[in-house]
Amino acid sequence: MNEKTMSTPETDVDTSRRNLLKGGAAAAVVTLAPGVTLRTVEAAVTGPATSAQRWGMLIDATAPEHLWDLAVEACKAEQGWGPEYNTSGKANPLTDPQWIRKVSVKDPKTGAKATLPVMCQHCAKPPCVDVCPTGASMKRADGIVLVDKHICIGCRYCMMACPYSCRSFVHEDVKNQRPHMPRGKGTVESCTLCVHRVDAGQKPACVEALNNAGSNAIIFGDLNDPNSDISRAVAKHVTQRIRADLDLEPGVHYRGI
Amino acid sequence: MAADTTVYKEIEGKGGDYYSLIGWLGVVVIAALYAVYNMEHYGHVVTGMTNAVVWGTPHVFAVFLIVAASGALNVASISSVFGKHHYKPLARLSAVTAMALLAGGLMILVLDLGRPDRLIIAMTYYNFKSIFAWNIILYNGFFVIVLAYLWMMMEKRMTPHSSKIGLFAFLWRLILTTGTGSIFGFLVARPGYDAAIMAPLFIAMSFAFGMAIFILIINVAYRGTGRPLGDVILFKMRNLLGVFIAAVLYFTVVQHLTNLYAAEHLDVQAFILMDGGIYTFLFWVVQVGIGGLFPLALLFNPATGRTCQGIAVASVLVIIGGLAQMYVIIIGGQAFPLLMFPGMEVSSSFFDGVLHPYTPSHWEVMLGLGGIAVALLIIAVGVKYLPLLPTSLSDAKIDPHHKAEEA
Amino acid sequence: MRSASQILSLAFLCAAIVAMGLGGLTTSPAQAGEVPLPNIAKAYKGEQCVEPVDVMRRNHFEFLMHQRDETLREGIRGQKYSLNDCVDCHAVASPDVADGKLRTLKPFCKECHEYAAVSIDCFGCHTGAAVPGIGKQSSLPANHGDKASIAVLEAHLNAERQGGTDQ
Repeated sequence: MNEKTMSTPETDVDTSRRNLLKGGAAAAVVTLAPGVTLRTVEAAVTGPATSAQRWGMLIDATAPEHLWDLAVEACKAEQGWGPEYNTSGKANPLTDPQWIRKVSVKDPKTGAKATLPVMCQHCAKPPCVDVCPTGASMKRADGIVLVDKHICIGCRYCMMACPYSCRSFVHEDVKNQRPHMPRGKGTVESCTLCVHRVDAGQKPACVEALNNAGSNAIIFGDLNDPNSDISRAVAKHVTQRIRADLDLEPGVHYRGI
Repeated sequence: MAADTTVYKEIEGKGGDYYSLIGWLGVVVIAALYAVYNMEHYGHVVTGMTNAVVWGTPHVFAVFLIVAASGALNVASISSVFGKHHYKPLARLSAVTAMALLAGGLMILVLDLGRPDRLIIAMTYYNFKSIFAWNIILYNGFFVIVLAYLWMMMEKRMTPHSSKIGLFAFLWRLILTTGTGSIFGFLVARPGYDAAIMAPLFIAMSFAFGMAIFILIINVAYRGTGRPLGDVILFKMRNLLGVFIAAVLYFTVVQHLTNLYAAEHLDVQAFILMDGGIYTFLFWVVQVGIGGLFPLALLFNPATGRTCQGIAVASVLVIIGGLAQMYVIIIGGQAFPLLMFPGMEVSSSFFDGVLHPYTPSHWEVMLGLGGIAVALLIIAVGVKYLPLLPTSLSDAKIDPHHKAEEA
Repeated sequence: MRSASQILSLAFLCAAIVAMGLGGLTTSPAQAGEVPLPNIAKAYKGEQCVEPVDVMRRNHFEFLMHQRDETLREGIRGQKYSLNDCVDCHAVASPDVADGKLRTLKPFCKECHEYAAVSIDCFGCHTGAAVPGIGKQSSLPANHGDKASIAVLEAHLNAERQGGTDQ
C-alpha cells in the first residue's frame, strides 16, 4: 500500500492558504554535510478551519461522461473504498459503500439526458447533522460535512435524513484503509471533500484527476473568496443545486443538468 | 375515591406451565443474542439491510414495542389521571408492562446499532438538535418516572400521592410517543414520512397496540393462575380497544388523504396504496383489514365481542396489524426511491431511482422476537416476585354496584 | 428435602474452599495471580518520545483523544500527539500481524493493554500499519535516528579531515 498522494507535513506546507499556529513552527531542514541533514521534528501546526472559507465545487454536467468514471476511480484510490477493500473479498452491490457515483438523469417527456457525479453535497444546513444523536455527523467551520467515526454508533439516522443518498454504512470488515482515512465496520461514511488534502492546500482527488486528464469539469475552491475560480464561475453561470427546494444550501453546485 | 380494598398477591409460578413459558422465552432470548453475535461479528451484511433500506425488521419490532409501551401505561393513567377507579386494580401491572415493553424495544434498537459497544457514547454525547437524542432522554425518563409511579402505588404511605406522578407519567408518555413519531415526521428528505401527522398517528397506535397487548396479558395471567376475571373489566377494556382501533384507522385515512392532495407525494402514495406489492398487501389486507376493520367487527359484534375468546382474538389481530403497519411505514417508506430529481428518470450503480428491495433475514427476525421475549420475561418474572396482580378481578370486586345486564 | 439441598450446597462450598487452598499451596507466591509484566517492544525509530515515558504511559490516551477531536472536528493539523506519529516510531513487525511482513502499532499497544485489561477499538478503523511518509520521523534513518545521524556525520567529518590531510 504505497501512498503516492500522501505528502509529509514538512515538505508540503502551503502557508499562503492556511494560518499557522504556534509562531510558525515550520520544520527546518538543515544540511550539515552532503547527504546528512538534520530535520526538526516539530511540524507546522495548521488550522483550525474557520468560517472565513466555504469550500465548494462546481460540476459541469455537460462534460463527457467518461470523466465521471475517472473521478469515481480517483476517489476510490485516494480514500480506499470499494468492494476490493472488503475483508471477505466479495462484492456486495447492495451494501458496498459508494462515496461518489455517476448518476444518469433523463427527462421522460423530452428525452433530454445528463450524467453527473453525485457525492456528499456538503450542505450549509445538513439534515444528517441535525438528526445525529451523538454529534458524530458534523459540519466543520469551513462547511465540510464529516462523520466523526470515533463517536458514530451506527444508528443510520443520518442515512435516513440525507436527501441525496450520499452516505454508506460499512456493512462488513474492511482492510487496507488509508492512514488518512480510517474506515471500520458498523459506522457510516461519506465523501469528506478530501479534507486531508484540502487542509494540506491541495484539491480533492476527483478534481485533481480531472485536471490531470486536461478537464476542468469540476472546479474546486473557496466560495467565500470572490477571486477564486469557483466564485468567478458561479458568478458567471446560473448554477443548479440538487433538491434546491429543500433549501439546504449545498456547497456542490451543478450546471447543465 | 373509595378506599382501595384490592388484595394484590404474587402468582405461585411453580407449575410446569410457568416454567415451560420461562424456558421458551429464554430460548428465544438466547437465539436473539446469537443473532446479534452474528450481526456484529460479520457485520450487517448478514442482515437484509442495504445502503438504501437502512432500518429493517429489528426497527419494525423495536418501534412497535416502544410505541406499545407507552400505550400499555394507559390503564394506569386512566385510573390515576381520569379517576376511573375500575381500572385501579390493574394499574400496577400496567406500569410493569409498560416498562417491560420499552425494555424489549430498546434492547432491539441498541443491539441493531452498528456499534452497540458504544452505547455509552449515546448516553454521554448529546446533540440536542436531534430528535433521536431527545428520545434517549425520554426513554430513560420513562423508566424512572414509571418506576417511581409503581413504587408509590405499591408503598401504602405514598399511595395518596400516586395520582400526581400518574399525571406526570401520562404527560411524559404522550411526549415520548410524539418523539417516536417525530423520528419519522422530521425527515424532510423522505416523501413517505415528512409529515406532522406522524406524531398523533403514533399516539393513536400506541393506545391500540398497548391495550391489545395488555388485554392478552391479563387473559393469560388470569386463565393461567385460575384467578377470577369478570366481564366488567374485560368489556371496559374491549370498548377502549375498539375506540383506539378506530382512532388509528382515522389517522391513517387522514395521513394518506393529506398526502394524496400533494402532487409531489402522489408517487409514493400510489406505491403504498396501489402498486407496492408486499407493502400494498400489508397495508390493505393486514393493517387495515386484519388489524383494523376485522377486530372492530369482532369487538362490536355481540356474538364475539362478549366472549373472552373473541376479545383475545381481536387483540392478537391488532398486534399483527400493528406490526404490518410498522413494516409499511418503516420499510415501505424506504423502499420507495428518494426523489433527487423530481419528474426525471434517474439511474446509477447506487440504485438511484429504482424501488429498493428488502428481504428480512432470519437474524433480524430472531432479534425482533427476542425483544418481545425479553418484555414477556420481565412481566412473567415480575408477577411472580412482586404483588402486581389482584387476587380477583371478578365483577363484584371491580364494581360492587354492578348489575348483570350492564355489560 | 430442605436438609438435602443444604448439605449439597455446603459440600460444594467446602470443595470450593479446599480447591482454592490447594491452589494456593501448589503455586508459589510469585506466580499466584500474577500476570507477566508487559514486554514492550523498543521503538523502531526515534530517539525521544514527544513526552517523557512516564507521562506517555499515564496520559497517552488523553493526548490522543484531545488531538483527534481537534484534528477531525476543528481541522487543526500537525500537532504534537499524532497517532500516525505513534505508528511511525512504534510500529513493529510481529508474527501475529501479516506473518511479520508488516510493521504495525498493534503489538506495541497490545502488551500493556492486555496487561491492564483495557480494550481499545482504534484498530477497528486505523490499520496502524507503517507506510512511508506516515509520520514526522519517517525520513530519518531507522533504529534511533539521532545516534545514526551523528554516526554518519562523524564518519563524514572524519573522512573530510583525512581528505584534508591528504591534500
